[in-house]
Amino acid sequence: MINSKSFFNVLLIISSLSLLFIFLNPSVFASEGQDIVRGVASGSNPPWWVWPLSLFVVTFILGILAVLGGVGGGVLFVPIVGGFFPFHLDFVRGAGLLVALSGALAAGPGLLKRNLASLRLALPVALIASSAAIVGAMIGLAMPTHIIQTLLGATIIFIVVIMASAKKSAFPNVPKPDTLSQSLGIMGIYREESLGKDIEWRIHRTPQGLVLFIAIGIMAGMFGLGAGWANLPVLNLLMGAPLKISVATSKFLLSITDTTAAWVYLNEGAVLPMIVVPSIIGIMLGSIVGVRILAKAKPKSIKWIVIGLLLFAGIRALLKGLGVWE
Amino acid sequence: MTDDRTKASEEQMAYANILNIGMWIGLLILVVTFIVYVSGIFQSFVPIEELPKYWGLKVKDYLHTLNAPSGWGWATLIGKGDYLNYVGITILAGLTIICYLVILPILLRKKDMPYLVIAIIEVAVLLLAASGILKAGGH
Repeated sequence: MINSKSFFNVLLIISSLSLLFIFLNPSVFASEGQDIVRGVASGSNPPWWVWPLSLFVVTFILGILAVLGGVGGGVLFVPIVGGFFPFHLDFVRGAGLLVALSGALAAGPGLLKRNLASLRLALPVALIASSAAIVGAMIGLAMPTHIIQTLLGATIIFIVVIMASAKKSAFPNVPKPDTLSQSLGIMGIYREESLGKDIEWRIHRTPQGLVLFIAIGIMAGMFGLGAGWANLPVLNLLMGAPLKISVATSKFLLSITDTTAAWVYLNEGAVLPMIVVPSIIGIMLGSIVGVRILAKAKPKSIKWIVIGLLLFAGIRALLKGLGVWE
Repeated sequence: MTDDRTKASEEQMAYANILNIGMWIGLLILVVTFIVYVSGIFQSFVPIEELPKYWGLKVKDYLHTLNAPSGWGWATLIGKGDYLNYVGITILAGLTIICYLVILPILLRKKDMPYLVIAIIEVAVLLLAASGILKAGGH
Protein backbone atom coordinates (compact mmCIF):
# COMPACT_ATOMS: atom_id res chain seq x y z
CA MET A 1 0.00 0.00 0.00
CA ILE A 2 1.25 3.48 -0.84
CA ASN A 3 1.97 5.50 2.30
CA SER A 4 0.99 9.15 2.60
CA LYS A 5 4.56 10.37 2.26
CA SER A 6 5.00 8.59 -1.06
CA PHE A 7 1.62 9.88 -2.22
CA PHE A 8 2.55 13.47 -1.45
CA ASN A 9 5.94 13.05 -3.07
CA VAL A 10 4.24 11.81 -6.24
CA LEU A 11 1.74 14.70 -6.05
CA LEU A 12 4.57 17.19 -5.75
CA ILE A 13 6.51 15.68 -8.62
CA ILE A 14 3.38 15.77 -10.84
CA SER A 15 2.71 19.39 -9.82
CA SER A 16 6.28 20.40 -10.54
CA LEU A 17 6.32 18.60 -13.89
CA SER A 18 3.01 20.24 -14.85
CA LEU A 19 4.45 23.65 -14.12
CA LEU A 20 7.62 22.80 -16.02
CA PHE A 21 5.57 21.66 -19.04
CA ILE A 22 3.59 24.88 -19.01
CA PHE A 23 6.70 27.00 -18.71
CA LEU A 24 8.66 25.15 -21.37
CA ASN A 25 5.75 25.55 -23.78
CA PRO A 26 5.20 29.27 -23.70
CA SER A 27 3.15 28.87 -26.87
CA VAL A 28 0.49 27.39 -24.61
CA PHE A 29 0.14 30.77 -22.98
CA ALA A 30 2.43 33.63 -23.79
CA SER A 31 2.67 33.77 -27.54
CA GLU A 32 -1.10 33.45 -27.88
CA GLY A 33 -1.56 36.45 -25.70
CA GLN A 34 1.11 38.41 -27.49
CA ASP A 35 -0.60 37.73 -30.82
CA ILE A 36 -3.86 38.96 -29.40
CA VAL A 37 -2.20 42.13 -28.17
CA ARG A 38 -0.70 42.70 -31.57
CA GLY A 39 -4.19 42.48 -32.97
CA VAL A 40 -3.49 39.38 -34.99
CA ALA A 41 -6.83 37.81 -35.81
CA SER A 42 -6.31 34.13 -35.32
CA GLY A 43 -8.90 31.43 -35.19
CA SER A 44 -6.70 29.47 -32.78
CA ASN A 45 -6.97 32.01 -29.95
CA PRO A 46 -8.39 30.29 -26.92
CA PRO A 47 -11.67 31.46 -25.40
CA TRP A 48 -11.34 34.01 -22.58
CA TRP A 49 -12.10 31.51 -19.80
CA VAL A 50 -8.98 29.47 -20.55
CA TRP A 51 -6.85 32.20 -18.96
CA PRO A 52 -8.49 32.55 -15.55
CA LEU A 53 -8.87 28.77 -15.39
CA SER A 54 -5.18 28.26 -16.20
CA LEU A 55 -4.30 30.95 -13.70
CA PHE A 56 -6.36 29.21 -11.04
CA VAL A 57 -4.62 25.86 -11.69
CA VAL A 58 -1.13 27.37 -11.69
CA THR A 59 -1.74 29.49 -8.56
CA PHE A 60 -3.25 26.46 -6.81
CA ILE A 61 0.01 24.57 -7.43
CA LEU A 62 2.02 27.63 -6.41
CA GLY A 63 0.01 27.82 -3.19
CA ILE A 64 1.01 24.25 -2.32
CA LEU A 65 4.65 24.84 -3.20
CA ALA A 66 4.75 28.16 -1.32
CA VAL A 67 3.66 26.57 1.94
CA LEU A 68 5.96 23.57 1.59
CA GLY A 69 8.86 25.75 0.47
CA GLY A 70 8.29 28.27 3.26
CA VAL A 71 7.96 31.24 0.93
CA GLY A 72 5.21 33.77 0.32
CA GLY A 73 2.85 33.40 -2.62
CA GLY A 74 3.77 36.78 -4.11
CA VAL A 75 7.40 35.95 -4.67
CA LEU A 76 6.47 32.91 -6.77
CA PHE A 77 3.45 34.52 -8.41
CA VAL A 78 4.99 37.59 -10.04
CA PRO A 79 7.94 36.04 -11.88
CA ILE A 80 6.06 32.91 -12.94
CA VAL A 81 2.78 34.52 -14.03
CA GLY A 82 4.66 37.56 -15.38
CA GLY A 83 6.99 35.34 -17.38
CA PHE A 84 4.60 32.79 -18.79
CA PHE A 85 1.15 34.39 -19.06
CA PRO A 86 0.08 37.03 -21.56
CA PHE A 87 -0.82 39.68 -18.97
CA HIS A 88 1.21 42.88 -18.82
CA LEU A 89 3.63 43.03 -15.92
CA ASP A 90 1.75 46.07 -14.51
CA PHE A 91 -1.34 43.90 -13.93
CA VAL A 92 0.70 40.95 -12.70
CA ARG A 93 2.44 43.09 -10.08
CA GLY A 94 -0.89 44.57 -8.97
CA ALA A 95 -2.29 41.04 -8.64
CA GLY A 96 0.91 39.86 -6.91
CA LEU A 97 0.50 42.48 -4.21
CA LEU A 98 -3.12 41.52 -3.64
CA VAL A 99 -2.20 37.82 -3.54
CA ALA A 100 0.49 38.52 -0.91
CA LEU A 101 -1.86 40.88 0.93
CA SER A 102 -4.70 38.34 1.05
CA GLY A 103 -2.40 35.62 2.37
CA ALA A 104 -1.12 37.96 5.08
CA LEU A 105 -4.64 39.11 6.01
CA ALA A 106 -5.75 35.49 6.31
CA ALA A 107 -2.79 34.45 8.45
CA GLY A 108 -2.63 37.65 10.53
CA PRO A 109 -5.44 37.10 13.06
CA GLY A 110 -4.21 33.67 14.16
CA LEU A 111 -0.61 34.80 14.43
CA LEU A 112 -1.54 37.90 16.44
CA LYS A 113 -3.87 36.02 18.79
CA ARG A 114 -1.23 33.38 19.51
CA ASN A 115 1.18 36.24 20.24
CA LEU A 116 3.64 34.98 17.65
CA ALA A 117 3.27 38.05 15.45
CA SER A 118 4.20 41.03 17.60
CA LEU A 119 2.29 44.28 17.06
CA ARG A 120 4.98 46.14 19.03
CA LEU A 121 7.67 44.90 16.67
CA ALA A 122 5.55 45.27 13.54
CA LEU A 123 4.17 48.80 13.94
CA PRO A 124 7.41 50.83 13.75
CA VAL A 125 8.81 48.58 11.02
CA ALA A 126 5.53 48.73 9.07
CA LEU A 127 5.51 52.52 9.11
CA ILE A 128 8.91 52.62 7.43
CA ALA A 129 8.25 49.76 5.00
CA SER A 130 4.75 50.84 3.98
CA SER A 131 5.85 54.42 3.30
CA ALA A 132 8.74 53.13 1.20
CA ALA A 133 6.39 50.72 -0.61
CA ILE A 134 4.39 53.70 -1.92
CA VAL A 135 7.57 55.13 -3.40
CA GLY A 136 8.47 51.71 -4.84
CA ALA A 137 5.06 51.29 -6.43
CA MET A 138 5.24 54.73 -8.04
CA ILE A 139 8.73 54.06 -9.36
CA GLY A 140 7.69 50.64 -10.65
CA LEU A 141 4.67 51.96 -12.52
CA ALA A 142 6.64 54.84 -14.02
CA MET A 143 9.51 52.71 -15.35
CA PRO A 144 9.60 51.25 -18.87
CA THR A 145 8.48 47.62 -18.88
CA HIS A 146 11.76 46.12 -20.14
CA ILE A 147 13.72 47.78 -17.36
CA ILE A 148 11.33 46.66 -14.62
CA GLN A 149 11.32 43.17 -16.17
CA THR A 150 15.14 43.05 -16.14
CA LEU A 151 15.33 44.33 -12.56
CA LEU A 152 12.69 41.81 -11.53
CA GLY A 153 14.76 38.99 -13.03
CA ALA A 154 17.90 40.18 -11.24
CA THR A 155 15.98 40.50 -7.96
CA ILE A 156 14.54 37.00 -8.24
CA ILE A 157 18.00 35.55 -8.88
CA PHE A 158 19.22 37.49 -5.82
CA ILE A 159 16.35 36.01 -3.78
CA VAL A 160 17.37 32.53 -4.96
CA VAL A 161 20.89 33.17 -3.65
CA ILE A 162 19.46 34.35 -0.29
CA MET A 163 17.16 31.32 -0.05
CA ALA A 164 19.94 28.89 -0.90
CA SER A 165 22.53 30.37 1.44
CA ALA A 166 20.86 32.24 4.33
CA LYS A 167 21.04 30.69 7.76
CA LYS A 168 18.30 30.95 10.36
CA SER A 169 18.62 31.18 14.10
CA ALA A 170 15.87 29.81 16.33
CA PHE A 171 16.92 31.88 19.32
CA PRO A 172 19.43 34.58 18.36
CA ASN A 173 21.69 35.90 21.09
CA VAL A 174 20.77 39.49 21.99
CA PRO A 175 23.24 40.47 24.72
CA LYS A 176 21.92 44.00 25.09
CA PRO A 177 18.85 45.57 23.47
CA ASP A 178 19.50 48.89 21.74
CA THR A 179 18.23 52.19 23.10
CA LEU A 180 15.52 52.63 20.48
CA SER A 181 13.96 49.21 21.00
CA GLN A 182 14.12 49.74 24.77
CA SER A 183 12.42 53.11 24.60
CA LEU A 184 9.71 51.67 22.32
CA GLY A 185 9.35 48.63 24.56
CA ILE A 186 9.89 46.18 21.72
CA MET A 187 10.15 42.90 23.57
CA GLY A 188 7.88 40.03 24.41
CA ILE A 189 7.37 36.58 25.71
CA TYR A 190 5.82 33.60 23.97
CA ARG A 191 5.12 29.96 24.69
CA GLU A 192 7.53 27.65 22.84
CA GLU A 193 5.53 24.44 22.71
CA SER A 194 8.40 22.36 21.31
CA LEU A 195 10.44 23.11 24.45
CA GLY A 196 7.50 23.37 26.80
CA LYS A 197 8.63 26.70 28.19
CA ASP A 198 8.11 30.43 27.86
CA ILE A 199 10.69 32.32 25.85
CA GLU A 200 11.47 35.97 26.57
CA TRP A 201 12.79 37.92 23.62
CA ARG A 202 14.12 41.36 22.82
CA ILE A 203 15.87 42.88 19.84
CA HIS A 204 18.96 44.89 18.96
CA ARG A 205 20.28 46.86 15.97
CA THR A 206 16.85 48.46 15.52
CA PRO A 207 18.06 51.58 13.62
CA GLN A 208 20.00 49.43 11.12
CA GLY A 209 16.96 47.20 10.69
CA LEU A 210 14.67 50.15 10.05
CA VAL A 211 17.04 51.49 7.39
CA LEU A 212 16.97 48.11 5.61
CA PHE A 213 13.18 48.15 5.70
CA ILE A 214 13.26 51.25 3.50
CA ALA A 215 14.91 49.15 0.78
CA ILE A 216 12.57 46.21 1.45
CA GLY A 217 9.50 48.44 1.16
CA ILE A 218 10.69 49.97 -2.10
CA MET A 219 11.34 46.54 -3.62
CA ALA A 220 7.98 45.21 -2.42
CA GLY A 221 6.15 48.09 -4.06
CA MET A 222 8.25 48.15 -7.20
CA PHE A 223 7.98 44.43 -8.04
CA GLY A 224 4.75 43.47 -6.26
CA LEU A 225 6.59 40.55 -4.70
CA GLY A 226 5.52 40.66 -1.10
CA ALA A 227 8.64 40.88 1.02
CA GLY A 228 8.73 37.92 3.37
CA TRP A 229 11.97 36.73 1.78
CA ALA A 230 13.66 39.92 2.98
CA ASN A 231 11.69 40.61 6.19
CA LEU A 232 12.67 37.32 7.74
CA PRO A 233 16.49 37.57 7.61
CA VAL A 234 16.39 41.19 8.80
CA LEU A 235 14.07 40.48 11.76
CA ASN A 236 15.78 37.21 12.69
CA LEU A 237 19.46 37.53 11.83
CA LEU A 238 20.01 41.28 12.10
CA MET A 239 17.55 42.40 14.77
CA GLY A 240 17.69 39.18 16.76
CA ALA A 241 14.01 38.28 17.07
CA PRO A 242 13.44 34.54 17.61
CA LEU A 243 12.69 32.61 14.41
CA LYS A 244 9.01 31.96 15.21
CA ILE A 245 8.43 35.60 16.11
CA SER A 246 10.26 36.69 12.96
CA VAL A 247 8.33 34.36 10.65
CA ALA A 248 4.96 35.36 12.12
CA THR A 249 5.70 39.09 12.33
CA SER A 250 7.10 39.05 8.79
CA LYS A 251 3.89 37.49 7.49
CA PHE A 252 1.71 39.96 9.39
CA LEU A 253 3.91 42.84 8.27
CA LEU A 254 3.04 42.10 4.64
CA SER A 255 -0.58 42.96 5.38
CA ILE A 256 0.51 46.54 6.09
CA THR A 257 3.44 46.97 3.67
CA ASP A 258 1.58 45.54 0.70
CA THR A 259 -1.58 47.50 1.48
CA THR A 260 -0.04 50.88 0.67
CA ALA A 261 1.54 49.58 -2.54
CA ALA A 262 -1.69 47.81 -3.50
CA TRP A 263 -3.58 51.09 -3.16
CA VAL A 264 -1.17 52.79 -5.57
CA TYR A 265 -1.65 50.00 -8.13
CA LEU A 266 -5.41 50.08 -7.57
CA ASN A 267 -5.60 53.82 -8.06
CA GLU A 268 -3.44 53.62 -11.18
CA GLY A 269 -5.88 51.11 -12.66
CA ALA A 270 -3.36 48.23 -12.55
CA VAL A 271 -5.74 45.77 -10.90
CA LEU A 272 -7.80 43.50 -13.16
CA PRO A 273 -10.34 41.33 -11.30
CA MET A 274 -10.03 38.65 -13.99
CA ILE A 275 -6.38 38.19 -12.95
CA VAL A 276 -6.68 38.99 -9.25
CA VAL A 277 -9.63 36.88 -8.11
CA PRO A 278 -8.69 33.47 -9.62
CA SER A 279 -5.16 34.02 -8.33
CA ILE A 280 -6.24 34.81 -4.77
CA ILE A 281 -8.64 31.87 -4.65
CA GLY A 282 -6.16 29.50 -6.30
CA ILE A 283 -3.28 30.37 -4.02
CA MET A 284 -5.42 30.28 -0.89
CA LEU A 285 -6.89 26.86 -1.70
CA GLY A 286 -3.41 25.66 -2.63
CA SER A 287 -2.10 26.95 0.70
CA ILE A 288 -4.81 25.04 2.58
CA VAL A 289 -3.84 21.83 0.75
CA GLY A 290 -0.15 22.67 1.32
CA VAL A 291 -0.69 22.99 5.07
CA ARG A 292 -2.40 19.58 5.12
CA ILE A 293 0.47 18.03 3.19
CA LEU A 294 2.94 19.74 5.52
CA ALA A 295 1.22 18.15 8.51
CA LYS A 296 1.90 14.69 7.08
CA ALA A 297 5.13 15.02 5.19
CA LYS A 298 7.70 17.55 4.17
CA PRO A 299 9.96 16.21 1.47
CA LYS A 300 13.42 17.72 1.81
CA SER A 301 13.55 18.19 -1.93
CA ILE A 302 10.74 20.77 -1.85
CA LYS A 303 13.02 23.66 -0.95
CA TRP A 304 15.15 22.89 -3.99
CA ILE A 305 12.10 22.50 -6.25
CA VAL A 306 10.98 26.00 -5.20
CA ILE A 307 14.48 27.39 -5.62
CA GLY A 308 14.70 25.74 -9.05
CA LEU A 309 11.34 27.21 -10.12
CA LEU A 310 12.33 30.66 -8.90
CA LEU A 311 15.70 30.47 -10.64
CA PHE A 312 14.05 29.45 -13.89
CA ALA A 313 11.44 32.21 -13.61
CA GLY A 314 14.12 34.74 -12.66
CA ILE A 315 16.27 33.85 -15.67
CA ARG A 316 13.17 34.01 -17.88
CA ALA A 317 12.29 37.49 -16.53
CA LEU A 318 15.87 38.68 -16.98
CA LEU A 319 16.12 37.40 -20.56
CA LYS A 320 12.64 38.73 -21.39
CA GLY A 321 13.62 42.14 -20.08
CA LEU A 322 16.83 42.09 -22.11
CA GLY A 323 14.88 41.05 -25.20
CA VAL A 324 16.75 37.73 -25.50
CA TRP A 325 13.76 35.43 -24.74
CA GLU A 326 10.51 37.09 -25.79
CA MET B 1 3.07 26.78 33.45
CA THR B 2 2.07 29.38 30.92
CA ASP B 3 2.75 32.93 32.03
CA ASP B 4 0.02 35.57 31.59
CA ARG B 5 2.63 37.67 29.87
CA THR B 6 2.60 35.21 26.98
CA LYS B 7 -0.87 36.42 26.07
CA ALA B 8 -1.37 39.00 23.34
CA SER B 9 -1.95 42.61 24.43
CA GLU B 10 -5.40 44.20 24.36
CA GLU B 11 -4.64 46.24 21.24
CA GLN B 12 -3.15 43.20 19.51
CA MET B 13 -6.31 41.17 20.19
CA ALA B 14 -8.54 44.03 19.01
CA TYR B 15 -6.51 44.33 15.81
CA ALA B 16 -6.70 40.56 15.25
CA ASN B 17 -10.45 40.40 15.77
CA ILE B 18 -11.22 43.17 13.28
CA LEU B 19 -8.76 41.71 10.80
CA ASN B 20 -10.40 38.30 11.07
CA ILE B 21 -13.95 39.58 10.52
CA GLY B 22 -13.01 42.01 7.76
CA MET B 23 -10.90 39.48 5.90
CA TRP B 24 -13.73 36.97 5.68
CA ILE B 25 -16.26 39.63 4.65
CA GLY B 26 -13.89 40.95 1.98
CA LEU B 27 -13.09 37.50 0.67
CA LEU B 28 -16.72 36.45 0.55
CA ILE B 29 -17.71 39.60 -1.34
CA LEU B 30 -14.77 39.09 -3.70
CA VAL B 31 -15.89 35.56 -4.58
CA VAL B 32 -19.59 36.48 -4.94
CA THR B 33 -18.92 39.52 -7.12
CA PHE B 34 -16.55 37.50 -9.30
CA ILE B 35 -19.25 34.87 -9.85
CA VAL B 36 -21.65 37.69 -10.78
CA TYR B 37 -19.00 39.08 -13.13
CA VAL B 38 -18.25 35.89 -15.05
CA SER B 39 -21.90 34.82 -15.12
CA GLY B 40 -22.68 37.95 -17.11
CA ILE B 41 -25.64 38.95 -14.93
CA PHE B 42 -24.38 42.54 -15.07
CA GLN B 43 -22.95 43.98 -18.25
CA SER B 44 -19.19 44.56 -17.99
CA PHE B 45 -17.40 47.81 -18.83
CA VAL B 46 -14.97 45.75 -20.91
CA PRO B 47 -16.83 42.80 -22.48
CA ILE B 48 -15.38 39.70 -20.91
CA GLU B 49 -14.61 37.97 -24.21
CA GLU B 50 -12.70 41.03 -25.42
CA LEU B 51 -10.55 41.39 -22.32
CA PRO B 52 -7.68 39.25 -23.73
CA LYS B 53 -7.19 41.92 -26.40
CA TYR B 54 -6.23 44.44 -23.75
CA TRP B 55 -4.65 42.77 -20.73
CA GLY B 56 -1.27 42.62 -22.44
CA LEU B 57 -1.16 46.40 -22.67
CA LYS B 58 0.71 48.60 -20.22
CA VAL B 59 -1.77 49.98 -17.74
CA LYS B 60 -1.60 53.54 -19.06
CA ASP B 61 -2.32 52.30 -22.60
CA TYR B 62 -5.09 50.06 -21.27
CA LEU B 63 -6.82 52.98 -19.57
CA HIS B 64 -6.31 55.26 -22.57
CA THR B 65 -7.52 52.72 -25.16
CA LEU B 66 -10.64 51.80 -23.22
CA ASN B 67 -11.22 55.21 -21.70
CA ALA B 68 -11.33 53.36 -18.37
CA PRO B 69 -11.28 55.19 -15.05
CA SER B 70 -8.38 55.37 -12.61
CA GLY B 71 -8.35 56.35 -8.94
CA TRP B 72 -11.76 56.13 -7.35
CA GLY B 73 -13.45 56.56 -10.73
CA TRP B 74 -14.45 52.88 -10.57
CA ALA B 75 -17.05 53.78 -7.93
CA THR B 76 -19.19 55.44 -10.59
CA LEU B 77 -19.16 52.17 -12.56
CA ILE B 78 -20.12 49.88 -9.70
CA GLY B 79 -23.11 48.63 -11.68
CA LYS B 80 -20.76 47.07 -14.23
CA GLY B 81 -19.82 43.43 -13.62
CA ASP B 82 -16.06 44.00 -13.76
CA TYR B 83 -15.97 47.08 -11.53
CA LEU B 84 -18.31 45.45 -9.02
CA ASN B 85 -15.31 43.29 -8.03
CA TYR B 86 -13.57 46.40 -6.75
CA VAL B 87 -15.88 46.40 -3.73
CA GLY B 88 -14.23 43.25 -2.30
CA ILE B 89 -10.76 44.36 -3.36
CA THR B 90 -11.27 47.73 -1.68
CA ILE B 91 -12.45 46.08 1.53
CA LEU B 92 -9.34 43.90 1.63
CA ALA B 93 -7.09 46.86 0.85
CA GLY B 94 -8.87 49.12 3.35
CA LEU B 95 -8.99 46.67 6.21
CA THR B 96 -5.65 47.68 7.69
CA ILE B 97 -6.83 51.28 8.04
CA ILE B 98 -9.84 50.12 10.07
CA CYS B 99 -7.63 47.91 12.25
CA TYR B 100 -5.38 50.89 13.07
CA LEU B 101 -8.39 53.10 13.83
CA VAL B 102 -9.66 50.46 16.25
CA ILE B 103 -6.43 50.35 18.27
CA LEU B 104 -5.99 54.14 18.49
CA PRO B 105 -8.37 54.58 21.48
CA ILE B 106 -6.71 51.66 23.29
CA LEU B 107 -3.25 53.15 22.83
CA LEU B 108 -4.60 56.53 23.98
CA ARG B 109 -6.16 55.02 27.09
CA LYS B 110 -2.92 53.22 27.89
CA LYS B 111 -1.03 56.50 27.34
CA ASP B 112 1.29 54.64 25.01
CA MET B 113 2.29 57.85 23.28
CA PRO B 114 5.08 56.58 20.97
CA TYR B 115 2.81 53.90 19.51
CA LEU B 116 -0.15 56.27 19.37
CA VAL B 117 1.94 58.64 17.24
CA ILE B 118 3.22 55.77 15.08
CA ALA B 119 -0.34 54.49 14.54
CA ILE B 120 -1.67 57.97 13.68
CA ILE B 121 1.12 58.53 11.14
CA GLU B 122 0.50 55.07 9.66
CA VAL B 123 -3.20 55.88 9.23
CA ALA B 124 -2.19 59.10 7.45
CA VAL B 125 0.19 57.16 5.17
CA LEU B 126 -2.49 54.56 4.38
CA LEU B 127 -5.09 57.24 3.69
CA LEU B 128 -2.66 59.07 1.44
CA ALA B 129 -2.03 55.88 -0.54
CA ALA B 130 -5.76 55.14 -0.72
CA SER B 131 -6.72 58.67 -1.68
CA GLY B 132 -5.44 58.41 -5.22
CA ILE B 133 -3.62 61.74 -4.86
CA LEU B 134 -0.28 60.08 -5.56
CA LYS B 135 0.27 59.52 -9.25
CA ALA B 136 2.97 57.47 -10.94
CA GLY B 137 4.35 59.48 -13.83
CA GLY B 138 6.37 58.33 -16.78
CA HIS B 139 5.93 56.02 -19.67
